[in-house]
Amino acid sequence: MQRNPQLNANGELQHLLSTEGLPREILMQILDTAESFVGVTEREVRKVPLLRGKSVFNLFFESSTRTRTTFEIAAKRLSADVINLNIALSSQSKGESLLDTVANLSAMQADIFVVRHNSAGAPFLIARHVKPHEHVVNAGDGRHAHPTQGLLDLFTIRHYKKDFGKLTVAIVGDILHSRVARSLIHGLTTLGAPEVRVIAPQTLLPAGVEALGVRVFHDMRAGLKDCDVVVMLRLQNERMRGALLPSAQEFNKHYGLTGDKLELARSDAIVMHPGPMNRGVEIDSTVADGPHSVILPQVTFGIAVRMAVMSIVAGN
Amino acid sequence: MKLPDAERVCDELLKELKAVLGPKSAMIGIYTGGAWLAERLHARLGMATPLGLMDIAFYRDDYHARGLHHDPKRTKIPFDINGREILLVDDVLYTGRTVRAAMNELFDYGRPASITLVVLADRGGRQLPICAQHCGARVEVPEGMRLRLKRDDAGRLALVLEAERAA
Repeated sequence: MQRNPQLNANGELQHLLSTEGLPREILMQILDTAESFVGVTEREVRKVPLLRGKSVFNLFFESSTRTRTTFEIAAKRLSADVINLNIALSSQSKGESLLDTVANLSAMQADIFVVRHNSAGAPFLIARHVKPHEHVVNAGDGRHAHPTQGLLDLFTIRHYKKDFGKLTVAIVGDILHSRVARSLIHGLTTLGAPEVRVIAPQTLLPAGVEALGVRVFHDMRAGLKDCDVVVMLRLQNERMRGALLPSAQEFNKHYGLTGDKLELARSDAIVMHPGPMNRGVEIDSTVADGPHSVILPQVTFGIAVRMAVMSIVAGN
Repeated sequence: MKLPDAERVCDELLKELKAVLGPKSAMIGIYTGGAWLAERLHARLGMATPLGLMDIAFYRDDYHARGLHHDPKRTKIPFDINGREILLVDDVLYTGRTVRAAMNELFDYGRPASITLVVLADRGGRQLPICAQHCGARVEVPEGMRLRLKRDDAGRLALVLEAERAA
């Protein structure tokens, strides 16, 4: 059997490429370590010396401000040196291959590559070719995976709900294009959430989504009933090919989270969103800014989770 | 080989510490054994400042060789350490590396007036210039063994010898 490409010979996390196939113990190790880092981010000196003298290369083949920034903050709080490369604007456009780009950066003595790429699998390819002391963290590859977002979602859910064992979680909206949804679903099922629902029109669901262990709803009101956690996804206009939807207004009417739809969920339900939000499309402002929303804490926890991931892989 | 009775050593440490407590004193225990000992001392001394607990995982000097250990606890220091006289508590003093890491972490919370080290047992073998101002007992530990503090369900403390884990 082929070894899980994320784990080393001792079964420890060498690269973080996907939440799929990660054992429960490793997911819990990341969440527990992140919990300790939340403490660090709340004190006067928000920095620890773990990655002092190490270099983190942010390799963004697809543009992103928020994710790149949170990785940068996380790396700096671990005392690493951070080098940001906006590859979309440089070597690739000059025709250099992905592996040549990585080989060049490796020659500049990188320790961690944080990779975002619009092709699914690019971080896996890089992970297969880096030296043993180099580590790859997937910051989003195509429609495939965005494991640190999935992990910060899991962290947020655990923070507010303590235990996954009794939870009903609904993920709503553009599941088809969402690497966030896939990463979260794998994490939730591994950690034992008994009911994970996806709520979307047929055109925004990947074929065979039930095989991931989710219940499918096309009617949002039925799907939200008695949920503990509601995860809204961004309607990804830039990834949309062809007419999957009549219009954003139409989408809002059926799948936008409004205050009255949210009342169908449990009274202590939390509302999450990976950002950036399209207010008035997938989520109304009254909900985004309302008492159930934990969207901004998600961002803060995301830094602690990324600190945990980088410090765990770099130590293995 | 007979190990000292941790409960008795603890009582002796209490007497010693009572004499040095001042209005600016505060206590911080290092996980796991040092936290147990600190919980005991803090309660028995009736200190007004809440107890601080520290996990030095993010400050260890062997991270690059051994990685991050599993199950890190969250450091909680529920008071302003600036100007405090800190009693830093650990169970066993050996190489001194844990204490160095703890002091580095402490200074990221502020500037204490002083740090005094309190340990239940000193087993020698220092690799750094560190000594305990309050040491309950000196214990000789055979090669390849590790001296640890244990706490049973009733909360009683005991020193035990274990085979050292392979690095």
